[in-house]
Amino acid sequence: MNHMIDLITPLQLAFPEAVGNATLAHYLFVSAAMFVMGLVGFMTRRNMIVMFLCTELMFQGAGLALIAFGRHHLGADGQTFVIFVLCVAAAEAAMALALVVLLFRHRETLSSQAWKELNG
Amino acid sequence: MITSLTSILEPVLSSTAMLAPDAHGHAAHTEIGSGPSWILLIVGLPLLASIISGLAAALGVKSKQPAWTTVIACFIAFLFTVSMYISYDGTPYTVKAFDWIQVHTDSHGSLIANFSFYIDTLSIYWMLFVTGLATLIALYASEYMSHDVGLGYCRFFAAFGLFVFSMACLVMGDNFLMLYLGWEGVGLCSYLLIGYFYKKPEAVAAAKKAFIVNRIGDLGLALGVYLTFVHFGTLEYAKLFSDPKLLSYVEYASVGNFSAIPATAQWIPLLLMVGAFGKSAQFPLYVWLPDAMEGPTPVSALIHAATMVTAGVYLIARTYPLFIASEHALPIVAWIGTITALLAATIGMAQFDIKRIMAYSTVSQLGYMFAGLGVLTPTGGVYHVLTHAFFKALLFLCCGAVMHGFAGQLDLRKLSGLRQVKGWGIVTIGMLVGCINLAGVPFTAGYFSKDTILAEAFVTPGYELLGWILIFTAGLTAYYTFRVFFRVFMGPVEYHPGDEAHDHDHDNDAHGEQHHHDAGQNGDHHSDHFHPHAPGWAINTVLATLTIASLAASGLYIVGGSSDKHTKHYAETMVMSSTAAFSSPYSEHAFHAAHDSHDDDAHAPDDHGSDHAAPAAGVGPRGTIEHAQTVPLFGGDPHKMMYYISGVVGVIGIALAWFLHLFGRTEAATCKMDPIARLFGPIPKWAEHKWYVDEIYWAVIVTPLRIFSHVLHWFDKLVIDGIVNLFGILPRVGAWIVRPSQSGVLQGYAVSMAGGVAILLLVVFVLIAQGGLS
Repeated sequence: MNHMIDLITPLQLAFPEAVGNATLAHYLFVSAAMFVMGLVGFMTRRNMIVMFLCTELMFQGAGLALIAFGRHHLGADGQTFVIFVLCVAAAEAAMALALVVLLFRHRETLSSQAWKELNG
Repeated sequence: MITSLTSILEPVLSSTAMLAPDAHGHAAHTEIGSGPSWILLIVGLPLLASIISGLAAALGVKSKQPAWTTVIACFIAFLFTVSMYISYDGTPYTVKAFDWIQVHTDSHGSLIANFSFYIDTLSIYWMLFVTGLATLIALYASEYMSHDVGLGYCRFFAAFGLFVFSMACLVMGDNFLMLYLGWEGVGLCSYLLIGYFYKKPEAVAAAKKAFIVNRIGDLGLALGVYLTFVHFGTLEYAKLFSDPKLLSYVEYASVGNFSAIPATAQWIPLLLMVGAFGKSAQFPLYVWLPDAMEGPTPVSALIHAATMVTAGVYLIARTYPLFIASEHALPIVAWIGTITALLAATIGMAQFDIKRIMAYSTVSQLGYMFAGLGVLTPTGGVYHVLTHAFFKALLFLCCGAVMHGFAGQLDLRKLSGLRQVKGWGIVTIGMLVGCINLAGVPFTAGYFSKDTILAEAFVTPGYELLGWILIFTAGLTAYYTFRVFFRVFMGPVEYHPGDEAHDHDHDNDAHGEQHHHDAGQNGDHHSDHFHPHAPGWAINTVLATLTIASLAASGLYIVGGSSDKHTKHYAETMVMSSTAAFSSPYSEHAFHAAHDSHDDDAHAPDDHGSDHAAPAAGVGPRGTIEHAQTVPLFGGDPHKMMYYISGVVGVIGIALAWFLHLFGRTEAATCKMDPIARLFGPIPKWAEHKWYVDEIYWAVIVTPLRIFSHVLHWFDKLVIDGIVNLFGILPRVGAWIVRPSQSGVLQGYAVSMAGGVAILLLVVFVLIAQGGLS
């Protein structure tokens, strides 16, 4: 684990104050704020692209929490996971946007209300 | 011809010479020899013909090739059978094709049933007429079925070949399982050929009826075979009939000591006979045979008159020691046979369809054979099989020629005087010869074979009533036989063609019902535009051959010398050196009592003398021997007196038929019998409707069975299916309840998810607060 510390030490040297004073709770707070913003946005907005962006925001909030925990425990696992999540999210973004385009072509609107008839 | 044949087969025959005659006969320890393998060809050739015919069907052959293949295969099989007969040296042997079933168990010994054949005089006797008649009838069918050349023709001959193969397995098989294989095989072919005109609902119904009724009988046979194995530990004839246990039973039975025989052994024949009753159309199970006439006539002649229906007689003859060793088996066989003979004869008298009359006469004559077996004369029964095979095949083929020539007309009220129609001479002669045989006119083969049975009925104690019933039935037989002949072949010339689909209706005013294309003009006695289609060379050749054979069959009796008990006629020789050998002590006694010349050599020793002890002991299977003396028939030996009695009865029947159906008859439809029939009230109508036996079966068996089946059907449909469907319905009900929650609003789902997660978190927090998740 020592070499990991060596990698992080220059960051601490560059921003001794800001980084140094930030605790785990700060990161988690930001992460939770991002997640909740995304969630609220997803629940309140109708535009499918915006809803999609909101899910991305939730992703990144969760990713931030992972990195923060990883840093807290002085491990690289959290960061590794986030790299994976980003990859998957990128692929998923391509799919999701393609879907949004197709859905738009059907209804000429981006509103998710247009697909209400897909009920049970 | 026979000498040339033997010279051809010289090397083959010499190979049998190594089978030295066994000095001990069939003693228990004797290992049975094996015969030449060319005997397998008798079985194999018909199967080959069947396969070729089947291939011809697949290749779409449109010629008569299947017929010729079958005729040639059957003929070669017949030649081999003849050479098997000639080369037979008196010792039974087996020929093995391959190992078939070999199961070795600890408790019941080994179940060994090889695909092999047991050759003794009984199987040779049967195979001679099976292959001979198959050849002739295949030749006949080549012409008769010619309207169907193509797929139907191939189908017919494929089933025909398969039938001969199955019959050969049945007759020549060396164990009960081979017999069973053949038994089911002939049943299958019978089904296929009855249902040959499968577009005709009656034919399909008749085929199903034959199959189902036979299943009932076959259950008995299967159980009998099973019980045989359980009790004797073998299914092979050679081992079974030399089993010391069985031999001792026969010894007990021959002195009437039935209590010494275990009940299991006594049950075996009772079960086997059920199978025989089914296959040979005896009383409770005879109903399928008359309906089986829906099949093409050659089939009726070969399968439903000459060969397959005698399988029951063969079964009983083959297992005769088992039957002797049972107290009740043979009396039941005798009485069932007699009841069948009388019942079928009375029905036959009232029918108008000539083919159905022949069918009922077949049932009736089979009854005679069973009666013969039952009254301790396997010889009589088996001899009657042979004579009946010839004359009944002949009669059927004559009826078939009429049917073929008159566009399916079979109603004797619509045919008359065919004797005078050009081209029908051979048919008329054939019919006459068949009729005199069936009617038992003196010195015909049918007369001799029937007399053997009748005489033994009076010789064996306890069967006098049975004998009188059979004599009465013989009179009825003569009457209904010649009723057909006098109506159809004699008298003024008159004929109305049937409809080509041989759909015989029994409507009295059927003149207007003719659907033939040129039978539009009614009222004229000769349908001017209808030209009967006289039989061609193939049919005529076959009819002529069978006519000669039927006449010659009586020679088999006469030549051997009938009155002298010590010289045996042909059938007797064949039966007495097979497993069916049994010479009734009563018969011996009656003979000696009549001749008073039994000082020395009183009891002709038989090769298979199962009854050596019987005459000496003074008792037999059916009571004391002395009893035989107390029933002389009109003060004479029944064997002698029966010649006169049955001759007179036969002639009376014929005279009655002549007076009522020919004398002074001016047209086909009416005769002197009509007013007389009216005197009997509804009885002739009942007889015409077969005593409503079918209707009774329908009401007593079929309908309750159907109702029961319907109950089960609905039980299955409602209860069983209901339970299964319930498991399918439950999830659907659940889905129907929760379905409204799927609102289609995406945000709604998100809120539910978030709410769910929130609740979950709340629960976790609460638990943590309470220290539950430590």
